[in-house]
Amino acid sequence: MSPETKAKIDTLVEENKIMVFMKGTKLMPQCGFSNNVVQILNMLGAPYETLDVLANPDIRQGIKEYSNWPTIPQVYINGEFIGGSDILIKMYEDGNLQETVEVALAS
Amino acid sequence: MISPDQVEAMIKAGLPDAEVAVQDLTGGGDHYQVAVVSGAFEGLSLVKRHQLVYKAVNSAMSSEAIHALSLETNTPSEVAAAS
Repeated sequence: MSPETKAKIDTLVEENKIMVFMKGTKLMPQCGFSNNVVQILNMLGAPYETLDVLANPDIRQGIKEYSNWPTIPQVYINGEFIGGSDILIKMYEDGNLQETVEVALAS
Repeated sequence: MISPDQVEAMIKAGLPDAEVAVQDLTGGGDHYQVAVVSGAFEGLSLVKRHQLVYKAVNSAMSSEAIHALSLETNTPSEVAAAS
């Protein structure tokens, strides 16, 4: 990962309370797993930012290294790596996601 | 593409005590759903648990032999509590 890519990811993660690295966009997710994440965040009604890794090949590769996580989507809340689609679904079902999001938005 | 048995073997090589259930979601050998039960997950966050499994199958993920891997990770005590 180049220093420029790392700096770009640092900025995205720091400046957005909820940051999603995904395939496609909020309105047109290009992968079922990315779509799961968008649907869950939409249900929570929380503001979130997304980045389409298909349009950003450097970040598509870099984020895997950055998070030590081999798959997309990836979700960051308050600068912390939360996980991918499976973890988000589980946290939503357990009610932990709502709590994490509320804490992040209030901080 | 990779066989369900290979996926199971890779995970067990990384987590020797693991019980592994592998499901091929599309029949194509590259979209898998895997449930792993291991004592190694005790006290770890979901992210750390998934990272342990990803590490075990790393070569198949980075070669894109596995395109998608859906994971469920539990400890033996969590399984016992749920049943």
